Amino acid sequence: MALAVENLSVARGGLPLLAGVHFRVAAGQALILRGPNGSGKTTLLRSIAGLQKPTSGRVECAEDAIAYAAHSDGLKSNLTVSENLAFWADVFGNDDISPALEGFDLKSLSDRPAHALSAGQKRRLGLARLLVTGRPIWVLDEPTVSLDQTFVAMFADVVKSHLAGGGSALIATHIDLGIEAETLDISVFKTDPTADLGAFDEAFL
Amino acid sequence: MRALLRRDLTLAFRSGGGFGLGLAFFLIVAILVPFAVGPENALLSKIAAGILWLGALLACLLSLDRIFALDWEDGTLDLLATAPVPLEMVCAAKALAHWLTTGLPLTLAAPVLGILLSLPPEGYVWLIASLLLGTPALSVIGTFGAALTVGIKRGGLLLSLLVLPLYVPTLIFGAEVARRGAEGLTVTTPLALMSGVSLAVIAVLPFVSALVLRVNLR
Amino acid sequence: MASIWQYANPAKFMRLSDTLLPWVSLAAALCLVGGLIWGFFFTPDDFRQGSTVKIIYLHVPAALMAINIWFMMLVASLAWFIRRQHISALAAKAAAPIGAVMTVIALLTGAIWGEPMWGTWWVWDPRLTSFLILFLFYLGYIALWEAIENPETASDLTAILCLVGSVFAVLSRYAVNFWNQGLHQGASVMRAGAIAGDTEERVSNVFAAPLFMCIAGFGLLFVALILMRTSTEIRKRRAAALMARERMS
Repeated sequence: MALAVENLSVARGGLPLLAGVHFRVAAGQALILRGPNGSGKTTLLRSIAGLQKPTSGRVECAEDAIAYAAHSDGLKSNLTVSENLAFWADVFGNDDISPALEGFDLKSLSDRPAHALSAGQKRRLGLARLLVTGRPIWVLDEPTVSLDQTFVAMFADVVKSHLAGGGSALIATHIDLGIEAETLDISVFKTDPTADLGAFDEAFL
Repeated sequence: MRALLRRDLTLAFRSGGGFGLGLAFFLIVAILVPFAVGPENALLSKIAAGILWLGALLACLLSLDRIFALDWEDGTLDLLATAPVPLEMVCAAKALAHWLTTGLPLTLAAPVLGILLSLPPEGYVWLIASLLLGTPALSVIGTFGAALTVGIKRGGLLLSLLVLPLYVPTLIFGAEVARRGAEGLTVTTPLALMSGVSLAVIAVLPFVSALVLRVNLR
Repeated sequence: MASIWQYANPAKFMRLSDTLLPWVSLAAALCLVGGLIWGFFFTPDDFRQGSTVKIIYLHVPAALMAINIWFMMLVASLAWFIRRQHISALAAKAAAPIGAVMTVIALLTGAIWGEPMWGTWWVWDPRLTSFLILFLFYLGYIALWEAIENPETASDLTAILCLVGSVFAVLSRYAVNFWNQGLHQGASVMRAGAIAGDTEERVSNVFAAPLFMCIAGFGLLFVALILMRTSTEIRKRRAAALMARERMS
């Protein structure tokens, strides 16, 4: 099992959002998370990526296995496409960025500074970062924002080959990616607002 | 760590990176002071060491909010926190990059401005020595302040308010070294004290800054 | 079971503070009124300083409080880190403005005292300078609390600032001492209690009794204010939590 989430509760701004979240993602599999805006997808994904402490429950996966990508891509507008990628490759201990450039069709743009990219091109660069991390579990928060249909398909291909290579992915998205994967609607884990779940501000109620 | 340092330096030197801003500010302070206090060389040479230290400190302050704010806005910090580099390392690298782009150039520029302010000839060695040993502390303390205010919109002014009191010991000892040096007195005690402060903050504060960043990223 | 930490529960704390507050306030008022009247009207003028010396009844307690309130904030911040109970963080938050005001009182009364004695409102004396720096620390601490929206983040960050600030405050104190030896007399209050005031530097016994009464008054006033302000902070947080919950359901 690549990633196992057990009985996870998360809170945002001191308020409990989700409770008892549990799912498993095996190697070579993907899981699509759905849920209305504000339902806690981002908070859940940040907790799984280790950026934020869940109020209770466990996330089990190998150490340093998760690559996280969110709304903001962590790009420097003054660096070129290849410089941006090379930086992240270096941080993650890789030195070959050409597969990432090819995977998202960025070869022709590689010397262009990031501020001269369109929103969709930036997004592709942000997603290409996943390939240079070399990590098996991708945790993606709305990865297809500002991508057109062609590139959504291209992204789906990259995810598929990642899965075929034994990786796994956890993707919060609203659109159909065309990936064979289970779908989990997280609104079933929505908390009862009157329940005491150990979130930060409950001591005051 | 080296990748981060290299990237930060590259960014600082590219257009819009803000390198040189601190230097220009330092220059302006040194030029404006004689306009404010009068052109007598005797007075200027008496206050030159202190003015240069104050100018360097304020120039350092100017670029502090860039240390983390930009990386925070574009999500780099989130991604760095999930990367296989400890945040303590990130903080140390950021402080070092800030020093290399601010403290070091200021130190090198200070003797030139010393001429403008008719710093006595005995003063140059100790001015450079005090800035060289003192400005790293300014960068490290500033990194701590920048980490504290990273999540706050328009945190620049607050950053100054938080960091300036923390600069007091370094400023006192550093300026004392430069002043005593200019007057030809022995500088051993303040120099040792200032180096002590610098070493202590370099050893401890990156850990505290990393703790603060983790709280802010939560 | 009956540990002091049980009062870290907000509801219990509120009940306790509601019970204590009237008594503490009353005691503070008695001590302050009694001590100030005694001090101002029933002690002789100092043979050197004349009636100016009587500002001591405001200056010394305020100065003591200014330092001790920071110390209390330091202890509360540590407690917050160790026990993670909201009251600690909120008490530190509530204390800061009181401490800042005490610092200002100490600085102002000091200036008023200094003008006839030293012939100047202000000197860059180590003690005076340290208080000015302490005031800056208070300002920074308060400003950081105000600037951060998420209360848990604010509690953590201000506690860290308080700890780091304390180290730097002590460091600044020594730096300032090194930088300039001063005019200000040494802290002479505690010695006065133990030994009869025969040297000029000591606060003599005639002045000591009402002075200690004023110090007790300031201390009790601080306790009353902190109980009140902490309760207010708890109510504010409670209201915010209730409203947030309302929005969710």
